[in-house]
Amino acid sequence: MYPNDYYYTQDHEWVKVENGLGVVGITDFAQKQLGDVVFVELPEVNTQFEFHQVLGVVESVKAVSDIYSPISGEVVEVNQALNDNPELINEDPHGEGWIVKIKIKDETELQRLMSASEYEKYIEGIEE
Amino acid sequence: MKKTRIFSIHQKLKAKIIEFAGWEMPVEYSSIVDEHLAVRTKAGLFDVSHMGEIMVTGEDALNFVQYLTPNNVAKLFPGKAHYSALTTPQGTFIDDLLVYCLAENQYLLVVNAANTEKDYQWIVSHQGSYKVQVENQSDQVTQLALQGPRAQEILQPLVPVDLGEMKSFRFTWTEIEGEKVLVSRTGYTGEDGFEIYTYSANPVPIWETIMVQGKELGLVPVGLGARDTLRLEACLMLYGNDIDETTTVLEAGLSWIVKFKKGDFLGREALLRQKEEGLKRKIVGFELLERGIPRPHYPVYISNEEVGQVTSGTFSPFFKKSIGLTYLPLDYTEEGTIFEIGIRGKRVKAQVVPTPFYKREK
Repeated sequence: MYPNDYYYTQDHEWVKVENGLGVVGITDFAQKQLGDVVFVELPEVNTQFEFHQVLGVVESVKAVSDIYSPISGEVVEVNQALNDNPELINEDPHGEGWIVKIKIKDETELQRLMSASEYEKYIEGIEE
Repeated sequence: MKKTRIFSIHQKLKAKIIEFAGWEMPVEYSSIVDEHLAVRTKAGLFDVSHMGEIMVTGEDALNFVQYLTPNNVAKLFPGKAHYSALTTPQGTFIDDLLVYCLAENQYLLVVNAANTEKDYQWIVSHQGSYKVQVENQSDQVTQLALQGPRAQEILQPLVPVDLGEMKSFRFTWTEIEGEKVLVSRTGYTGEDGFEIYTYSANPVPIWETIMVQGKELGLVPVGLGARDTLRLEACLMLYGNDIDETTTVLEAGLSWIVKFKKGDFLGREALLRQKEEGLKRKIVGFELLERGIPRPHYPVYISNEEVGQVTSGTFSPFFKKSIGLTYLPLDYTEEGTIFEIGIRGKRVKAQVVPTPFYKREK
């Protein structure tokens, strides 16, 4: 369920390394918790973010949820499709529901994140 | 934390459960948006047993309820209900509620879950020398709401009365699956529908029978999440958000439940004075003109000055745009007025629009 080549945060973001860029989104666990996503606030391209800085917001009918950057770097692309179709985050949170692409400043930051199996154990712990 | 007598069903259906007013309640079963749209296009079944029921009985029941509320209870008769409020001497809200006339000397007040205890104490403390018995029956009553254009089609085969004859705000005692129930043509969604009350110790079969009957017509269970988006589209007030002890009945746009000529009631003088002097502020409905979602307590600005806060706000599943309610100074309450809402530090433009946002086709 959780792709093995992704890295995961305790705040339920994922990052996938693709051609030197970090593709960032929120996990299936997060989208289930949120419910229907109706609005996404995306950052501007070229903005810099530090690890764990708020880079945007995902809003469901009932909740407003900050997206914390899982890595430091500059935003090079945002998923414009989310403006008209925020529900992509519910439908395909690990694929079409990607949120931003960041130019990775320091690959060693990925080592602080969880692997898929670590993340799966982590959320099992939450669900108890 | 309290559980309704239908809780096992919500568990079985794996509903997302939240704490609301001391009750464990289902907020959604599948998706708030899907449940909301089902109610607008087919039908939805809600467990709203967390609501409060306070019975007022006795030879002074009519006069007592007349005194406590601004609407005219003398216009009710057995089988008729109306929307009203428990008002303070300042004409503000202790609660909003429905008053059901069960008999010449018996009135059932159906109140908000969050206010049940407060309302009961308020009523009892104002009893004075009125010859009445006041009973908080909330823990005995299960209340379901069946709402949507197909509600009558679904419920009719299950009851021995002709629902086609039941007008809005009328009710009757009848039975479902051998259990005695009160069925009223009332609701909190802006759709046609019924609220169903029972004192049965085991009301689960009533829920199940309705769900089975409605399955082919697209009936789905609906939680509190969609209940809120539905009522907001229909511009129905939510206590604690849009109305409370600081807002008068007139400011809340509910002058139609204030019957000054009926005689004295708590708040009559204050409301009459406010009517004569003119309101200083009034609730309005608005739409956002730019991207964003307005939420309760977000600041509201006119010409850069903070004038209040959003009282209710959401992304409307039916209209697919952001809507909300807020109080504005009277000069700014005209349709078309543009103002701003602060969303995470940014000013987002909004416009006053006619209400209700949603009105069903008759």
